[in-house]
Amino acid sequence: MSDKAISRTVAKLLVVVVAMFAFVFVVMVPLYNVLCDALGINGKTGGRYEAERVEVDTTRTVKVQFVARNNEAMSWGFKPSVKVIRVHPGELEKTVFLASNPEQVDMVAQAIPSIVPARAAAYFNKTECFCFNRQPLKAGEAAELPLQFIVDQALPKDIHTITLSYTLFDVTDSVAVMN
Amino acid sequence: MGADHGPAKGLTRWIFTTNHKDIGTLYLWFSFAMFLVGGAFAMVIRAELFQPGLQMVSPAFFNQMTTLHGLVMVFGAIMPSFVGLANWLIPMMIGAPDMALPRMNNLSFWLLPFAFAVLLSSLFMEGGAPNFGWTFYAPLSTTYAPPSVTFFIFGVHVMGASSIMGSINIIATVVNMRAPGMTYMKMPLFVWTWLITAFLLVAVMPVLAGAVTMMLMDIHFGTSFFNAAGGGDPVLFQHVFWFFGHPEVYIIILPAFGVVSQIIPAFSRKPLFGYDSMVYATASIAFLSFIVWAHHMYTVGMPIAGELFFMYATMLIAVPTGVKVFNWITTMFKGSITFETPMLFCIAFVFLFTLGGFSGLMLSIAPADMQYHDSYFVVAHFHYVMVAGAVFSMSAAVYYWLPKWTGRMYNETFGKLHFWIAFISFNVTFFPQHFVGLAGMPRRIPDYALQFADFNMISSIGAFTYGAAQLLFLYNVIWTLVKGRKVSDPKVWDGAEGLEWTLPTPAPYHTFSTPPLVK
Repeated sequence: MSDKAISRTVAKLLVVVVAMFAFVFVVMVPLYNVLCDALGINGKTGGRYEAERVEVDTTRTVKVQFVARNNEAMSWGFKPSVKVIRVHPGELEKTVFLASNPEQVDMVAQAIPSIVPARAAAYFNKTECFCFNRQPLKAGEAAELPLQFIVDQALPKDIHTITLSYTLFDVTDSVAVMN
Repeated sequence: MGADHGPAKGLTRWIFTTNHKDIGTLYLWFSFAMFLVGGAFAMVIRAELFQPGLQMVSPAFFNQMTTLHGLVMVFGAIMPSFVGLANWLIPMMIGAPDMALPRMNNLSFWLLPFAFAVLLSSLFMEGGAPNFGWTFYAPLSTTYAPPSVTFFIFGVHVMGASSIMGSINIIATVVNMRAPGMTYMKMPLFVWTWLITAFLLVAVMPVLAGAVTMMLMDIHFGTSFFNAAGGGDPVLFQHVFWFFGHPEVYIIILPAFGVVSQIIPAFSRKPLFGYDSMVYATASIAFLSFIVWAHHMYTVGMPIAGELFFMYATMLIAVPTGVKVFNWITTMFKGSITFETPMLFCIAFVFLFTLGGFSGLMLSIAPADMQYHDSYFVVAHFHYVMVAGAVFSMSAAVYYWLPKWTGRMYNETFGKLHFWIAFISFNVTFFPQHFVGLAGMPRRIPDYALQFADFNMISSIGAFTYGAAQLLFLYNVIWTLVKGRKVSDPKVWDGAEGLEWTLPTPAPYHTFSTPPLVK
């Protein structure tokens, strides 16, 4: 039971403690995000998709529904210009969402997408989406927010309807904090 | 200063002490005080639930009570009580003169009163104490939390630091300071279970620290770990929390397994059946605890493969746990059993812990859990394993080792009375909660539908009785210290085995200054 042996044990254990603390930040958080992206779970959609030239599968039609809602006390007007589009897999589609800021102050919003069924998330490719960026709107201003997407041909055959929902968050305060 | 000087006089003895027995005593008294505080919160909860409707407290205060009850019981009562036992017993059981790091030992204890002062002071702050449940799920604990959440985070950091120091100390002691001849496979099972528990603590307390650090950053520094608006995800919080939280429940129960494995052989007058398998079962449970965390979150919308993996892995834990229960029962089989108070608590432990294990198995089944999730069935389940598991074994341990610590015998009549009141009232409290849970009563809600009224009243009466039984326990301990019959036989119990029973009774301030030789 020399003091040296004890110090060695303690040193090893301290390394474990520091490593486990770091593990949370450098492994668990990134791994969670990577897994959600790769498996398309949680209904999270991926980032910008580079369109490729592909055959349009005209034998199938998929119904894409759009839902827009405001988080908590978010006061903006926010709705899709059309509620439903029928698309063929492989086809590039365009639509817009309508947003308006009724307040007397300039605000910043962030739209967060979610897809049902979650399984379809990996096959819903966006080439352009307002959700990739924050949306600043001046007091009383309105805007058309563009969305372009392609439903992948590999979409499982049993999925006939995809619902894309956007929740609009007020991020004015946190943008101010970061600046 | 002689080689075997006694303790210092007065209050400074307790503030500056580095003696493992003094620090063990401090831990035990502190945890008992916290047990009464957490118990008082439970009494408020049960008083409110005595009848349907809102009568005693506001829903906001009710939420603070459920939160603080959980936090105080887990981090303030159960965990420190077993650290106290470890301090008292591990050096005496492995033939060491003290813990490996006596000064750090002092620090790790004295952090605790401050951590809990910070946590409990939040009750008096504007906006009230934390009200998001002991599992503090984001965004309830971030976006929607009361301002006192920052004090909660600080408190958790400090108690986490205390736990990490305590467990490093225990590992350093067990690894380096065993008496000559005390090989790993000769260590008493209590030492084994604590060694494994300490490794769990070192591995997961930093994860808890990470979780609350992320909360702190989300609240004050504009990050978005758990905030969907910034690209974060509240479900991430649940994964990080339960990656800590599931090993945590084994941190609570493994030392209890160790206590029971010491006491049952003593009163059965037979060696423990299947010592080796007990060690391997403990290690298996510890390993499995790292790969089952998501069974707490079956309803968050995991892919089916994930649900199945966590379901099967969870069911697998029943195997090593079954080995343990089998070994305890087989130890008693054909033994010359006597039923002193510690043995009564241990037999009740085996019986009730197994019941809690069975309801755990029911909850492990993912499709069934969709129904049970967040109901009173879950409350009944974890109180069977936490109270009848950890708290009963702790009561057993105090009665069993108190004569060795103090040189005085507790009052057997009071002890038995404490046991029977505790045993009956515990079941009166928690057994009906299975029924209301299965019938759909949700947990953490201050009001309930009328059809649950009878069972809730029974439950509350049981809880008040169980609370009163703890005062009897306190009275018995104080009675022992003041008036208990003096005992001087080193082996207080005729069936007790182990190095601590070779020492004089009461255990001198300094023991094993020269290590014993273990054959």
